[in-house]
Amino acid sequence: MLDLSVIRQQGSFRVNVTLQAGAGITALFGPSGSGKTSVINMVAGLARPDQGRIVVDGRVLFDAAEGVDIPPERRRLGYVFQDGRLFPHLSVRANLTFGRDRLPPSDRKVDFDAVVEVLGIDHLLDRRPALLSGGEKQRVAIGRALLASPRILLMDEPLAALDSNRKAEVLPFIGALSRRFGIPILYVSHSMDEVLSLADTLVLMDQGRAAAIGPTEELLSRPELRPLTGRWEAGSVIRAQVESHDPRTGMTRLRFGGGILAMARNHLAVGAQVRLRIQASDIAIALDHPGRVSVRNILPAHVLSVTQRDTSLVDVMLDCGGTPLWAQISGWAQADLGLKPGMQVHAMVKALTIARGEVAETGGGEEDCRRRPALDPCGRPFALGASSVDLRRE
Amino acid sequence: MFTLTALEQEALYLSLLVSGWAVVGSLPLGIGCAWLLARRDFPGKSLVDGLIHLPLVLPPVVVGYFLLVMLGRRGPVGALLHDWFGLTLAFTWKGAAIASAVIAFPLMVRAIRLSLESVDRGLEQAARTLGCGPIATFFTITLPLVMPGILTGVILAFARSLSEFGATITFVSNIPGETRTLPIALYALTQVPGEDAAAMRLCVISVVVAFAALLASEILSRRVQARLKG
Repeated sequence: MLDLSVIRQQGSFRVNVTLQAGAGITALFGPSGSGKTSVINMVAGLARPDQGRIVVDGRVLFDAAEGVDIPPERRRLGYVFQDGRLFPHLSVRANLTFGRDRLPPSDRKVDFDAVVEVLGIDHLLDRRPALLSGGEKQRVAIGRALLASPRILLMDEPLAALDSNRKAEVLPFIGALSRRFGIPILYVSHSMDEVLSLADTLVLMDQGRAAAIGPTEELLSRPELRPLTGRWEAGSVIRAQVESHDPRTGMTRLRFGGGILAMARNHLAVGAQVRLRIQASDIAIALDHPGRVSVRNILPAHVLSVTQRDTSLVDVMLDCGGTPLWAQISGWAQADLGLKPGMQVHAMVKALTIARGEVAETGGGEEDCRRRPALDPCGRPFALGASSVDLRRE
Repeated sequence: MFTLTALEQEALYLSLLVSGWAVVGSLPLGIGCAWLLARRDFPGKSLVDGLIHLPLVLPPVVVGYFLLVMLGRRGPVGALLHDWFGLTLAFTWKGAAIASAVIAFPLMVRAIRLSLESVDRGLEQAARTLGCGPIATFFTITLPLVMPGILTGVILAFARSLSEFGATITFVSNIPGETRTLPIALYALTQVPGEDAAAMRLCVISVVVAFAALLASEILSRRVQARLKG
């Protein structure tokens, strides 16, 4: 989909990024000034790389060696800016159709009514942007970019200017969009919450370069990348599906590669794909099955690696049915258990330590849409129920 | 009832004609110059900026004399205009319009330029990413957003043109029915003993016209602002 390799010198700062992004949502994550926005500005044609090549969908948009530099208006990319940038002199409707009306009718692949419905902006169409709230503005901006039938949607921290309530209002739409309209999204963010709930692929940006690229769960579960993933408690990110809610016990069961995880009941739809975090310090390890115990999640696993972090702390990487789990135990416990790679153990996770705020519904790309046809019977976005769920971390 | 004499009607008509053409004719050039100064960096930019602003600080008589030398029937530019297009500027109302336009030009450019500089470039970038080329972006986004500045510039220039005297009388003189605008007619009357009442009437007419222009600009710019703010 997107294949880029660019170098750009900005004063004393050098952006040098090579990355490929496929379907679904790719997040560029990093601190302010790590070059995230520069990268998408170069993709959009708003900034010119000094060297390199940018290809989207097989079409060369920029190639310094060949002298190709397609102007932004002919790149057919959607750009959602941090500050919305709605045209103040046009109504919401005219803003929405601004890009679409410049396309030949045969290229208009995104239906106006569908976008208006997904974004819930039906009642705003005849207003002026000045009268909209921040969240409404951002939804209109997303709709406007989408209606231009872009090959890829670029989003530059579209939620950064919003307070957390407005964020929760817009966030669910973004995941729904990529799935519903089949448009890949390149998403710039410095918020791990957003990345966790949206991104299929994660690009960790550091000082102008892409320090690591990979599936979100994998990168967030890798101990050596912790300096880049930020002030984020050590832990594993795993993908699961909501299996059932049990009103009698007040628990929700999630199915993942390693079996079933029980957690306090949440409001996600049965069948929904979720991504959740389990903190490394919340995982206990037993050599033998502990028998009758209050811990509800006892998962068979084998040890992948044992790393002594310092005298009192040991990182243990476990493999639980193909899903990596990161556990931290004390040096004293390790002295007692003598864990070694290859050993069969039981990973124990208290159901109540899986915080509701750390479970986020995800799209998971087209594959998931096929797996859950029942929820999408008439082409409706199926993630909209998530708007009632608080996705923020407490 | 306040009825205008033939002389007053003629002077008023000429004033409106000359000022109207001065503004309408110089507006595209004014927008172009404002855009150049606000958006582009090029060698000699300060020189161009200075030239455009010169009429603001020069005595209008100097401007009028310069126009006469350049655009007069035997001036380098005037001769060409006459030979190629049969166009005579000196001592005609068209010349008066040009004199007014030159004098009022800096005011117009200044107002539009300030407004252009306050336009969020991000909006233009947004339009570009939505498939709108640079020229279309200028007409669909930039121009509507600088409309308040254009209105201000037009009204300022129109008001300045109405009051133009020095450059006009130097370049096109005082010809009844051709170049005798309100200020020139008023000046002529003040030179004649016993015409105080007639002069006073012209003063009143000038005040009314100027005031009406200001009022119209106020109403228009409020409407434009309301449109931009929703």
